[in-house]
Amino acid sequence: MEMNQYLSIFIDEANEHLQSLNENMLRLEQQPEDISIVQVIFRSAHTLKGMSASMGFEDLASLTHEMENVLDLVRNDKLKMNGQIFDTLFKCLDALENMVQDVVAGGTGSADVTELVSQLKQIVKGEPVAVASAGKAAAADAPSELELVATHLLLDQYQLSVLRQSIENGSPAFHVDVTIREDCLLKGVRAYMVFDALERNGEIIKSHPTVQEIEQEQFGHQFSVYYISRIPQQELQDTLDKISELETVKVIPLDLESLSELDGSRSAEQQIQEAVQQAAAASATAEKSPAKTDKPAAAEPPARAPTTAPVANKTIRVDIERLDSLMNLFSELLIDRVRLEQLASEVRRNDLTETVEHMARVSSDLQNIVLKLRMVPVDSVFNRFPRMVRDLAKSLGKKLDLVITGAETELDRTVIDEIGDPLVHLIRNSVDHGVETIEGRLEAGKPETGVVNLRAFHSGNHVFIEIEDDGRGINQPKVLDIAIKKGIVSPEEAKKLSDDEINMLLFAPGFSTADKISDISGRGVGLDVVRSKIESLGGVVSVTSKAGQGSKWSIQLPLTLSIITAMLVKLGSEKFAVPLTSIVETGVVRRSEIRDLHGSKVMEYRKSIIPVLSLAAVLDSPDYSDEGETETEMLVIRKGEKLAAVLVDELIGQSEIVLKTLGKYLTNLDVISGATILGDGQVALIVDPNALIK
Amino acid sequence: MAEDFKVIVFTLAHEEYGIEVDKVRTIERMSPVTRVPKTPAFVKGVINLRGVVVPVIDLRSRFGLPESDETENSRIIIVAANDLEVGFIVDSANDVIDLNTDNVENPPEVVGGIKAKYLSGVAKFGEDRLLILLNLSEVLNRTEIIQLEQFGA
Repeated sequence: MEMNQYLSIFIDEANEHLQSLNENMLRLEQQPEDISIVQVIFRSAHTLKGMSASMGFEDLASLTHEMENVLDLVRNDKLKMNGQIFDTLFKCLDALENMVQDVVAGGTGSADVTELVSQLKQIVKGEPVAVASAGKAAAADAPSELELVATHLLLDQYQLSVLRQSIENGSPAFHVDVTIREDCLLKGVRAYMVFDALERNGEIIKSHPTVQEIEQEQFGHQFSVYYISRIPQQELQDTLDKISELETVKVIPLDLESLSELDGSRSAEQQIQEAVQQAAAASATAEKSPAKTDKPAAAEPPARAPTTAPVANKTIRVDIERLDSLMNLFSELLIDRVRLEQLASEVRRNDLTETVEHMARVSSDLQNIVLKLRMVPVDSVFNRFPRMVRDLAKSLGKKLDLVITGAETELDRTVIDEIGDPLVHLIRNSVDHGVETIEGRLEAGKPETGVVNLRAFHSGNHVFIEIEDDGRGINQPKVLDIAIKKGIVSPEEAKKLSDDEINMLLFAPGFSTADKISDISGRGVGLDVVRSKIESLGGVVSVTSKAGQGSKWSIQLPLTLSIITAMLVKLGSEKFAVPLTSIVETGVVRRSEIRDLHGSKVMEYRKSIIPVLSLAAVLDSPDYSDEGETETEMLVIRKGEKLAAVLVDELIGQSEIVLKTLGKYLTNLDVISGATILGDGQVALIVDPNALIK
Repeated sequence: MAEDFKVIVFTLAHEEYGIEVDKVRTIERMSPVTRVPKTPAFVKGVINLRGVVVPVIDLRSRFGLPESDETENSRIIIVAANDLEVGFIVDSANDVIDLNTDNVENPPEVVGGIKAKYLSGVAKFGEDRLLILLNLSEVLNRTEIIQLEQFGA
């Protein structure tokens, strides 16, 4: 297929467009009035459609085409976004994503999209007149004119005919008018309860303000719905009266006559007033809302705006293997540089020395660039989380804001590829187990919207990623209980554990505290997998928590996997490298300080007893042994909570080293994790400190 | 079917051996070898081959021959087989010759103390010279190393 060469470009670009669609849809959900976001979405959808059509992916093209129709109406102010449209569009995005995935997997990208297409078509046809002209209505001053505007505002032809049909079929239709008490603090919740009660017993035809606005508390204290009920008027009235903090609930039955009145624009005075009131209330609160809606929700969109701003860089795509070979070639150059510097210092010719020095400067600049080439902003991992959290929160019936900071922080490509899954797991964990349900949060006196912070930042040679929620925190007694029950710790050990050590039990294999296993998290295979994954990347994961105030998961990752900082040590004629990440301290120990304890050597280190290992013995050093020494240099290394002292002959110093594998022929060397090439061209082996501490 | 092929000729304990030329990457002079602990005795360690770390094997001790000190003539032959890249330390490597499959015979049970399974054949060439052809995939067989490791541990 001659198309093949374009396929990878198509896949890359389609993924980018889908990502941007997802992000912008989420932004739009927060700020439904912002037409400029709709423009961006429209353009992405349009490009996607064009690309798919030219690649012959008909289903992709037809679905995007229908999405475009809906968006076009929104963009031209002919249609107002509401919860249903959002949900449909999100479903479309999911379908598109699946199709693109199918293409990636070598499929034809076809899928049954007829249902979604017809839903979209309905949206386009169904409510074209349900315009968001609440403000217009309020502005109109003559009530006689309002009569016309208001009624049309509330119901369009389609909705009228639905109501009419249902009355003809014998199910009662009502106009329900609800006023919430002025002193109600969480009117959104009350409104939600009303909707919930209504939806259980019938079908809401139209609500004003829209469900979306009500969910975001963008309404006064009053809302009204047209409703087809499955239960009689009295029962409906009773059900609604049970909801507390409602001022009034008016259930007005609709019959064919009143409908035709509505249709004929001669509505009862009451309804006009309602319309005016609602319109005024809706527009007034809509204007005020940015200033006065609930704090987290209102404060968040502006905070997020700068991080999600599209970065319009000029880029080219490069195969990661080419970067790897560039890196390899470069490390050879580095070795030659050191060799040249050595030679130049022996030859002592000024012009040679100058040239070599200049070359050294250029090559260290080059090193920075080569390393940077492999760096990717964590945004490429983070960008899928807002959507994930939204969907999770919806399915769990929780309210959640995900606040991302530091998405521009860069990490090595290899790390980026691996870090996604552990992060997904931790975030799901926070959303599922950490943040309480709406009721739970209200009881605990917290705002009903939970906040999950996802942060990334540089610190020294590391990148930190933190996930912090303001949920219930870790239930330590319960953790201990389960750990003892599952035999992870003995009851005696459990008593001695510090708070942090108890939290770390969560990472033990086969541990799960969830009371019930949900499909989101809680299968108990998770956190230990998370930990081993992060450790395999040379990172560390930890958790801190305050009961009732939330937990913070912190991941520390090396900046890059191909170049690490290591301590070079000498054992007789041999040199070894020990990654600096696991070294706590270096020092000198006197032979007399090392004691024998049950046949193993230990020493006192900061008021605790730690084991002492001889690196020469572990590595069978041929020409060095620390037995005869009176004073030995040592490294204190750490694995998790455990410390150990490692005796060496001599510390050479810190150095940036390029990681190399030993090849496939030599595997299963548990103490040696790899090799590096030193400045003199010699190979030095890298000791794996994790293997030293058992 | 008689087929011509080229072999690299090297010596080990005064015997001449051959490896097909397409299995050989390069032939290097001896360079400093870094010892790798916890490996079988015949694994001498690793070398830096232009930025790539390559393990090297002493072929003498691999075949159970007495080890000898390295000389001016010692070479490391870098071979690639079974997806592996490994260097062989040999006493010398000095010739490339053409052979014909007609001249190759099955190896006798034991040749100079080397087990037959490491050999793919014996070729006669020149005036009464015998060349022992190596069976690379057996020489590089990793299962044997694993057995040795387990035995050592």
